[in-house]
Amino acid sequence: MLRFLSAAAIVLWSSTTLAAGMGEDDARHLLNRSGFGAPPSSVTSFSRLSRNQAVDRLLASARTAPVLTPPVQEYVRPGRLKDASEEEKKALQRAEFAKGAELRAWWLQEMLQTPSPLSERMTLFWHNHFVSSQQKVKSGRLMLDQNLLLRRHALGNFGDLLHAVAKDPAMVIYLDSATNRKGQPNENFAREVMELFTLGEGRYSEQDIKEAARAFTGWSFNPEQGTYQWRPFIHDDGEKTVLGQRGNFDGDAVLDILLQQPATAEFIAAKLWREFVSPTPDMAETRRIAEACRSSGYDIRRALKALFLGKGFWAKENRGVLVKSPVDLVVGSMRTLEISVPDALPLAFTVRNLGQDLFAPPNVKGWPGGEAWINATTLLARKQFIERLLRNEQFVTQMARADGVESSYEQGSMRNRLRTKELREEFGKGAGRLEGDTRMRMVQAVSDIRFDSTSWLKRFDNAAAVERALLPIPAISPPAVGTTGIALVRGLALDPAYQLK
Amino acid sequence: MTRRRDFLNLLGAGGLVAVSPQLAWAAAPVSTNVANAANYRRLLVLVELKGGNDGLNTVVPYASPLYPQLRPRIALKREEVLPLDEQTAVHPSLAPLRPLWQAGEVAVVQSVGYPQANLSHFRSIEIWDTASRSDQYLDDGWLGRAFSANPPPAEYAADGVAVGSAELGPLSARKARVVAIANADQFQNLARMAQPRSGQGGGALQHLLKVESDVNAAAQRLSGSHVFATAFPSGAFGEAVKAGCQIVAKGTGVAVLRLTLNGFDTHHNQPGPHANLLKQLAEGLVALRAALSELGRWNDTLVMTYAEFGRRPKENQSSGTDHGTAAPHFVLGGRVIGGLYGEAPRLKQLDGNGNLPFAIDFRQLYATVLERWWGMPSADILGGRFASLPLLRS
Repeated sequence: MLRFLSAAAIVLWSSTTLAAGMGEDDARHLLNRSGFGAPPSSVTSFSRLSRNQAVDRLLASARTAPVLTPPVQEYVRPGRLKDASEEEKKALQRAEFAKGAELRAWWLQEMLQTPSPLSERMTLFWHNHFVSSQQKVKSGRLMLDQNLLLRRHALGNFGDLLHAVAKDPAMVIYLDSATNRKGQPNENFAREVMELFTLGEGRYSEQDIKEAARAFTGWSFNPEQGTYQWRPFIHDDGEKTVLGQRGNFDGDAVLDILLQQPATAEFIAAKLWREFVSPTPDMAETRRIAEACRSSGYDIRRALKALFLGKGFWAKENRGVLVKSPVDLVVGSMRTLEISVPDALPLAFTVRNLGQDLFAPPNVKGWPGGEAWINATTLLARKQFIERLLRNEQFVTQMARADGVESSYEQGSMRNRLRTKELREEFGKGAGRLEGDTRMRMVQAVSDIRFDSTSWLKRFDNAAAVERALLPIPAISPPAVGTTGIALVRGLALDPAYQLK
Repeated sequence: MTRRRDFLNLLGAGGLVAVSPQLAWAAAPVSTNVANAANYRRLLVLVELKGGNDGLNTVVPYASPLYPQLRPRIALKREEVLPLDEQTAVHPSLAPLRPLWQAGEVAVVQSVGYPQANLSHFRSIEIWDTASRSDQYLDDGWLGRAFSANPPPAEYAADGVAVGSAELGPLSARKARVVAIANADQFQNLARMAQPRSGQGGGALQHLLKVESDVNAAAQRLSGSHVFATAFPSGAFGEAVKAGCQIVAKGTGVAVLRLTLNGFDTHHNQPGPHANLLKQLAEGLVALRAALSELGRWNDTLVMTYAEFGRRPKENQSSGTDHGTAAPHFVLGGRVIGGLYGEAPRLKQLDGNGNLPFAIDFRQLYATVLERWWGMPSADILGGRFASLPLLRS
């Protein structure tokens, strides 16, 4: 009897061990939130892990460098445009535009292919935190270098990241550090480093900004080389008082003072919460995450582990409460639906059209995100993207149809028909500006985007399973009973719930 | 809580009171007294100078010796500015507005600001958008609150439309019917995909459903393809003006248009870009006046500029200007009594940060709109009494 009982207990125990896998719904939630979309194959493998194991696996596979080789971006000295003729200027601008598109395509391709989507999400998170924009920096090379820097530290140490990005050439240009000099301070960087990068608004005085700006004098830029340069002669080495501390501070010393403030870890923890969990940070939980962050000397991985393993992250009431960013929607759709995208160039224009032009956030505060992603214009553009992506299984036939060549579809002539108007309508204004090789590349890339709905749908037993694979909460307007095939996928993807994660 | 539209429906036709002959169109609900019916036949056009316009190089105290001293590199020369009187001139790029000024349709309100100015773009525009105190955090925009208190007619296509920007700013409110339209043509083409949705859930989902429903409703009532004789300037702001005029031309009604002109955060090499921005502003406003005059709506239109702040009087080392406080703003329209209002910038009385004191609280401008333009009480909406300005003909 006893033996029988213990045998039963062992059986029970081992079956719970097997059942300790978190299951597909949790796996999907973790993948959607920590990366972009939830590819069915990853869902299967993560579903067998416990939450602990899954989070450890995500954090252990973090990368510090991209998988794909970035495009060559030659540094062009600013001011070269000034000496050029009108013709040369136009040609240079066109070339810059094409190079900018290439850069964006490379990053999106990296997001699609990386074995560590969390690394790319965090790189994007820091891009939206330590904002610089190509609009002002005007150098693809410097923007790429900053992107590589953000990735290098993406899951590293926040203090190291702060010190490094403060001297990053693109940042030095973007927040005017290069023109901040002794006796004639420019407060731009000093203000934003406190308001947006570390403490948060209201945790410092105007006087702190003035004093900090003096400390940051001398952090400059070498326009010939495109590199950071320390210029001691314009540095104000007098005494400063910042947040109650007095000394002959330089910029690094001020950054260290900012890192000493408990407000900094709390500010970062709350921002991570809004990125990964919900729009409304839970005070007790974010304090716990901030504590994990500070006590580890700003180890970002420790903060993320505390966040991913907290109950808030898994809470049912926090499912489907975040609005997908354009990158979430576009890259996530491709990954979840296993759509093959040999060349991500068109997606660079799609996300831009939806309000997230990579390497060019709207201002120093970055994309506001959340509900602000959705307005009349962007909601319609999102639906248009989904409709075209899922109507014909092939992006390009839709454009051909608009051009009246539906019945005589033929690759070569069709491609020539893809004119500026179609490119603009499909991908926004910028795409109409593409010329020559890049334009041909765009057209080819568009025709290469394919969704094989038949084989994607094969793995699901019924419509309910497809719905769970695509939506974080039940559909608001479920497709009619009996809807199957690509119509089912389209109906679910056009549901408002698809805009959420 | 009873939602506003439901409340409106409950009132039924019996609750709709035609207040006066010229208000006979107004389907605004009247609860207890007739004075509550706002005159939303009168259009408000807000123009946001996003980034914080440099007031001193827009409305220039050209006679002050301090002006060139503070700005050795970027001060405008006496011979290039356009004088309004012996003390005050405007930037040469505003030349297209001269006929409006001469017609007495332009009020220049100087030194507009608020106590304890915040120098952060984001916080300060939030203060302006929500008409809050510097230390107060409010959720709804000031116009959103006005719409909640006095709803525009239900048959209006929308309470307010933001054109050329994704953000609703002062229009933002849980209860108001407002949409942001970046591109009007595309909007019409795509709106067929929007479904009327009933609100459920909360937060992000509710927002999504509301936007979709608003799009659906607005698209049915906002399609415009009026042919104007007016030529609209090229560029993003000119396009926004054009799209705004199309919405007005449709005639289905809108109480507020908000247009945005981006790029005023001129920390660096200010003169060229600033001149270009003011040129776009002036040309856009001239086109707006011409197009609305074609529609016979100019006398029913009030245009007002606003921004998060002005810029610091002393130029910075980069031939630019840093974040400041008070600034001048423009009020234009067929019923405006043109001239200078407020006070000239007090360059001798800069604060500890080197910024200007204000003379007119921005909420006085809002009170002017609410009381004198729409005829509604302003104190509840603005959280206090602010003296309106006598810059409108009755």
